[in-house]
Parts: sequence; structure tokens; C-alpha cells
Amino acid sequence: MRFVPSFISSMGFAGLILARSVQYFPYVLVFSRPRADLFRQLYATGIRTLPVVTVVSLFMGMILSLQVGLELARFNQELYLGAAVMLTLLREMGAFCCGICLAACVGSAIAAELGTMKVNDEIDALKIMGIPPERFLAAPRILALVLMAPVVAFYCCIMGTLGGGIVGATQLNVDFQQFMSGALWMAESKDLFVGIGKSALFGLLIGVISVSEGLGTNLGAIGVGKSTQRAVIVSFLAILISGYMVSRVFY
Amino acid sequence: MGEKVIEFDSVTKSFGGKKVLDALTFDVKRGEVFVILGPSGTGKSVTLKHAIGLMEPDSGEVRRADVRFGYLFQSGALLAWKSVWENVALPLEETMRLDAKEVARRVDNALAAVGLTDAADKYPSEISGGMQKRAGLARAIVREAEVILYDEPTSGLDPVTSVHISKLISDLNKKRNVTSVVVTHDMVLAAKTASRIMLVKDGKAVVCLPPEEFLKSDIPEVRSFIAASKGEGI
Repeated sequence: MRFVPSFISSMGFAGLILARSVQYFPYVLVFSRPRADLFRQLYATGIRTLPVVTVVSLFMGMILSLQVGLELARFNQELYLGAAVMLTLLREMGAFCCGICLAACVGSAIAAELGTMKVNDEIDALKIMGIPPERFLAAPRILALVLMAPVVAFYCCIMGTLGGGIVGATQLNVDFQQFMSGALWMAESKDLFVGIGKSALFGLLIGVISVSEGLGTNLGAIGVGKSTQRAVIVSFLAILISGYMVSRVFY
Repeated sequence: MGEKVIEFDSVTKSFGGKKVLDALTFDVKRGEVFVILGPSGTGKSVTLKHAIGLMEPDSGEVRRADVRFGYLFQSGALLAWKSVWENVALPLEETMRLDAKEVARRVDNALAAVGLTDAADKYPSEISGGMQKRAGLARAIVREAEVILYDEPTSGLDPVTSVHISKLISDLNKKRNVTSVVVTHDMVLAAKTASRIMLVKDGKAVVCLPPEEFLKSDIPEVRSFIAASKGEGI
């Protein structure tokens, strides 16, 4: 029963962090010093996660292509393999794959970093100096995730399609060009925009959850571990639930 | 001395049912070095966090004068990804509209005051605990704080560095008229720097006296604390 008040309290704290951070987004974008910090966060969010994102999305496309391709082959419908892989990636799996990679790589790092700062009194030091942690720490990190997640998701779709095409060509006798033309034939701009929008939402959720878990850390080193773990788990749940909700609204 | 810069009025604070501050009442006057002594776990750091506004009391009231406060944390609380110079410059860059030259002048002066000019480009992980505390102190004085609160400024330091920190606290008070509130269990630091010493036990103020009277006091808690700090009874 202790879970309910704790959950409500965490939601309230996350909401507060979101509200306070969003008001500093223009500040982060306009002034040169916070903008430099934003670029550092964009680099950490986008470039540093590329190796993991590449492997995950490539293999996700390959698995998708293999499983769907085997079923389509039973009905001699391999022609539609590219379309099936592309639509799945654009609508769901690109954003999902991006979300789990960012939650695992970036969200966990943010929660651990801010959690360590909290237990080392650095957050209190900022407050005493008159520097709001939401402006100095939260806003650049959350904004970077919101801006970079769609880019990463689009990259996931490209890599996933590539992986799917390779499996189609090497194991399912689907010509690569045929796979690609099928993929481009069925995809609509709505699928792309919904996927992009969904990934931006995932970026926002991961950012807010990770920052609030980090800033809410207590109990020393154990607390940092717990916050990091909670940030990843809650982000995964938020990605799955909100992903379904968005799909339900648009499809 | 006269104007009260911090005033505690029957401040009570509990954590998980345990009373950490129990109707604590005292005041700190402008220009003095007010030392809060006491064994570990008696609510000294909690007192300091109430004084700066990081914690709110369950009951009672903390009144603060409208002055610039600085705070030296036990660990120094420096940002790991910024150099010592950048850490000291941080409050100026983030809260004041100063040109780069003025920021550099103030930061260089603050670092010189704590003897850290040579370590300006180093990162917190590259310097010792004592240097981290001095960097934290430079960050507190760079904003020209009128009141600085010190949380265990000499804990974990060797005797030479402890004396250096004590001298810095004393110099800031004498040369810049900085009011200091020092939380410690270091008897030497207290005796050398304090204008008044308050002994805290179980969240209550046992006594608050000038150092010479404190050292002569017959109050059992004071005697036992002084005896323990001399290593008697080992």
C-alpha cells in the first residue's frame, strides 16, 4: 500500500521538474553559455549513443524481416516484406528502439550523474549560489533528449530497414531493390510524423523521469543505484504505455 | 557587533520520529565567528542547513538578515566536470551580469586569497580534500558573501591543512569582516577562531560562551567534551 502515495509523490515531483524546466527552455536556446551546455548534451544524447543504437536497430530490422518474411513466404507474398518492415519501424519500432536505447544509455547516466551530485551536496551548493538546478542541469538535458530523440529514431528506421533488406536479400530471396521500393511504396508521411512525434514524447518522458529520479536521490551511494535503476524501469514503462496510447489515437 | 544576521527561535526538527533539533534558540551577530561544537549526530549540520534555508523547521522560526550568504560544504561540493577556476567563476557567471574581465579579476583574487592560484586549471578529482575545501571557500567569497557558514571545515584534514583553513576563516573575519558560523568538533579550531562557542547536545544548546569562558566552564557536558577532545580517557 506504500506504493500508491510514493507513486503519486514521484509523479508530482516529476511534474514539478517538468514545469520548472520547460520555462527555462528559451533561456537555454537563447544564451550562449547554456546553449554550449545544450550542445554537449546533444552530443552525449546523439553521437555517443550511435554505436548502441546502430547495433540494436540493425538487428531489430533483421529479426523483424526474418520473422515477417518467413510468414509472408508461406503465402508467396515476399513482395510486401519491405513495406511490412518499413511500416513497423516508422510507426512503432523505430521510436521504441530509440526510446529504450536512450533510456538505457542516456537516462541512466543522467540519473546517476544528478544523483551523485545530490548526495555530494552539489545540488544544494547550486541552490545556495542562487542557480536553479532546473535551469542549470535539468533544462539542457531534457531539451537535448526532446530534440535528439526524433533524429535517433529516424536513424533507427534507416538502420532497421537496412538490416531488414540484408536479411531479405541473403535469406529470403527478396531482391534488395525490390525490398526498398516496397518499403518506400507503402510508407506515408503520416507514419513518419507520428513516429517522429512519438520519439520526441519518449525523449521528454525519459528526460523528466531521469532528472527527477536523479534530483530526488537520497541515502548515499545506495540511493544513486536505486535512482538509476528506477529511472530506467520507469522510463521503459512510460515508453511502452505512452507508445500504445499514441498509436491508439492515430491508428 | 550588534545586528543579528541569523536568529533561531525554538527551532524543532525531527526525522523519522527522532528529534534532531529540540527547541534550539540562539542568534549570530554581524562580524562574529560563531562556532557550534558538539559530538557527531547532534544536529550541527542540520542547524546549518536551517540557517541557510535548505531545510525548514517543523516548528519555531529561523530569521535571516537580508545579506549575501556563502556556504562551505564538508566535501567542498565542487562540480566534477568544471576546473577549480570554472567552479569559482560559476556563481558570478550564472547569477551576475559581469564582463569577462571582471569575472576573471574576482576569481583570481578569490583563488589568491585561499592560496589556490597554481591549482586553478585542475579538476576537483586532481586536487586533495583540503584544496577542494579551499576551492569551495573561494567560491563562497567570490560573491563577496557577508556571512559564510562552514560545515566541518577541518574534518578529514591533516593538522597543517586544518591550521591553514582555521587561519583563512580568521583572516576573512578580520580583514573582510565576514561573519562566520562554523560547525565543527575541532576544539582547536573553535578556541583559535571563535567569538562565541555554542555546545549542542541532542539538538539542544547546552551553553553559549566566549572561548575563554567556555574553556573554563564547569558544566559537565563542556568538561567532558573538552576532555574527550584532548584524548583523555583513552
